[in-house]
Amino acid sequence: MARVAKLRIWRGDASGGQLHDYDVPWEEGMVLLDVLHVLQATQAGDLAVRWNCKAGKCGSCSAEVNGKPRLMCMTRMSSLDTTQPITVAPMKTFPVMRDLVTDVSFNFEMAKRVPAFKPPPRPPDGKYRMMQEDIDRVQEFHKCIECFLCQDVCHVIRDHPENKKVFAGPRFFVRYAALEMHPLDTNDRRELLKEQMGLGMCNITKCCTEVCPEGIKITDNAIIPLKERVVDEFFDPVRWVWSKVTGGGSKEG
Amino acid sequence: MSAVAPQASPTPIAARAPQRVDAWWVRPVLTVIVLAAFVVYATWAGMQNAYYWADPYLSPFYSPCLAANCAHSDVALFGDWWKWSPAILILWAPGGFRLTCYYYRKAYYRAFVWAPPACAVPDARAKYYGESRFPLILQNVHRYFFYLSIPILVFLWWDAFRAFRFADGFGMGVGTLVLLANAALLSLYTLSCHSCRHVCGGGVDRFSKHPTRYRLWKRLTVLNERHSQIAWVSLFGVALTDLYVRLVAMGTIHDLRLF
Repeated sequence: MARVAKLRIWRGDASGGQLHDYDVPWEEGMVLLDVLHVLQATQAGDLAVRWNCKAGKCGSCSAEVNGKPRLMCMTRMSSLDTTQPITVAPMKTFPVMRDLVTDVSFNFEMAKRVPAFKPPPRPPDGKYRMMQEDIDRVQEFHKCIECFLCQDVCHVIRDHPENKKVFAGPRFFVRYAALEMHPLDTNDRRELLKEQMGLGMCNITKCCTEVCPEGIKITDNAIIPLKERVVDEFFDPVRWVWSKVTGGGSKEG
Repeated sequence: MSAVAPQASPTPIAARAPQRVDAWWVRPVLTVIVLAAFVVYATWAGMQNAYYWADPYLSPFYSPCLAANCAHSDVALFGDWWKWSPAILILWAPGGFRLTCYYYRKAYYRAFVWAPPACAVPDARAKYYGESRFPLILQNVHRYFFYLSIPILVFLWWDAFRAFRFADGFGMGVGTLVLLANAALLSLYTLSCHSCRHVCGGGVDRFSKHPTRYRLWKRLTVLNERHSQIAWVSLFGVALTDLYVRLVAMGTIHDLRLF
């Protein structure tokens, strides 16, 4: 049996906008994105909403539902209080293009600044070798679908856009962690993380982890281990002295 | 499926992103209440300089008791010239360990500093530098507090085992169990620490070359995943342990001997 949801949708563009109210029918089993498609098909054909897979894997339909960053395709209508208006707004951290579509190119600019994977010279037989336990840890980071909800919710750039120049954001700390912990990578990105990527600006309030639709433990498994690696290099005098004595450097193999 | 006619009057808003309408403020308020209550109690108990020894139980706030003026001291490093509470000599170390703990940082940045108070709720500050500048850059000393906490744990376990030795011989009281539980909880809290996990194996890139550290890291990771819960339980545990010893020492309650 169809029920009616009161949707309150932000509509506008870079010059401004406002919330519009719509009453849209929905049925059991629908997700919020389905209801927006009904709205598009019946009342607001010009509503701009980015989507692709409807399966929580493309990371396209990120938005703010009742003020919380979420994937609309993974938000079941039955999980929302449909007796109250449901507010849907574009991600706050990025500039609006139109309606629910934002310009996320900040993330692609940050991606360009990540120093690439750098393997050591090939061994004599020409084959690189890794054991499963060497890569189990970084495989968690490869689940990232680049929905940028973690970037959206991170208060370092959400509430302080001026920090975008000096803060890579949780999505890219995950990328840095995947590279830094990779058993075959020889690049050392710790100074870059400390000096230019703003790792120290993260105050580990874990909102990125809370909103990640892939369940990546961004703070515990990526950001804090990176902070600890930066401590190894810059804030641990005992380790520094030990590395000078042994000549091994502060980076572990 | 038939559409319902759209409403004619749009609702203007000042900000682009509407605020959360759920009770996001409950958790920061509870955190403020609990952490503030603990700090007030621990400060009062530490400064009182009395009722921290009820033979054979020593309050964890005073362990190890390092001054000659202790009611019970194993290592009197500070002579008679130390006139103040011996808790002052030791509380700064576990206090610093908790203050710089990655979990508590999350808790108090949200609850006390409102940076941010909850996810997607605006930060209270106009400017934000996080932990990249003084004084918060000092949070990076966390691993040193972790190192300091290890010998303190040894003393707490010593206190727990000494709690079997009564004036009339070997025995066990409720206080013995309380001290054992407190030492166990504080050990779990220390071992689940992010710095511990990193130092023991997290800094290694090739686990296959360090099998012992890999096994250690895997086990500590299981604990680390529960660090926040352990942090709260051990916080309550240490305060309740002090309270138990205090009440026994004051004669308010009598320790029940199990055997």
